[in-house]
Amino acid sequence: MRTHFAPKLVLPVSERDHIRGPANAPVTLVEYGDYECPYCGMANSIVDEIRRELGNDLRFVFRNFPLTEVHPHAEHAAEIAEAAGTHHKFWEMHDLLYAHQDALGDQHLAEYVTLLGIPTTEVKRALAQHAYMDRVHEDFMSGVRSGVNGTPTFFINGSRHDGSYERDVLLAAIADAAR
Amino acid sequence: MSGSKDAPAGGPLAPGTPAPDFKLHSTPDQLVSLSDFRGAPVILAFYPADWSPVCGDQMALYNQILPEFHRLKAQLVGISVDGAWCHAAFAKDRNLHFPLLADFEPKGEWARKYGVYRPQDGICERALFVIDSSGVIAWSYVSPIGVNPGADGILAALEDLAPK
Repeated sequence: MRTHFAPKLVLPVSERDHIRGPANAPVTLVEYGDYECPYCGMANSIVDEIRRELGNDLRFVFRNFPLTEVHPHAEHAAEIAEAAGTHHKFWEMHDLLYAHQDALGDQHLAEYVTLLGIPTTEVKRALAQHAYMDRVHEDFMSGVRSGVNGTPTFFINGSRHDGSYERDVLLAAIADAAR
Repeated sequence: MSGSKDAPAGGPLAPGTPAPDFKLHSTPDQLVSLSDFRGAPVILAFYPADWSPVCGDQMALYNQILPEFHRLKAQLVGISVDGAWCHAAFAKDRNLHFPLLADFEPKGEWARKYGVYRPQDGICERALFVIDSSGVIAWSYVSPIGVNPGADGILAALEDLAPK
């Protein structure tokens, strides 16, 4: 019997990922999140704050982990963010989605697409054909195999962060990893 | 009479041990036995209580990963000391697609037999068992009570069972 195992990120950060911050930053923070999860919404503000504070010392990566059985809009929201990503607007959409967690129905998503100046017909077709479903599922399964146990789950330089995601706790863990 | 006389001294039952064949209520009028699943691997997920917060909830996570467990031919059951009506309300609220068993009377009887009861708290550990298709424990793991163990250990154990 194993009494303890420290989960590690099994899918390394690479070009497939959505990345904020420089590749040579001493610390990489990976979040597995769900756009409809209220805890992820809170965590997103904290991550924004930490990113501002640490500047080029932090690289932040977001991967999808939609819990669709409890969050009916989470899958489409994730797919919309990926669709925006192909138009180089992943982070703009990511920020919009977290800023409007109470308005993630398909009609709202369509408004955000328009707002960001992304061709709406193309995105609608992509959603209908589930063009980004495989990508979202790949994120999800990479999380499962890495020991993601709910949302949000953070990995700091590849190790799962089991502490809370309060600003000070997360900052301290990042500082530890940077040493 | 000691309340924990059935609890194995060494903690959770270890791999290679025949899994005790429970019979427990999955709903107020339905009983489920371990032997009902003979022929397929079974995941037993003991957990402390229904109604923990949603996004970090172990059962919500397993519900989401259920297709992956099924792809590996395994059946999942959750077990806690909550009663069948409590389980029914919880399963409905969380849209769960697998049975939750009530280790309710005598309280924690089967958790004790698997070595994962916490008499000081009156609940079971957050413990996982993967049982092979012949009813023998293939893998077990006890997580710190506050840490959702995720599913990677379960998937690795199931893959070890699958024909190479």
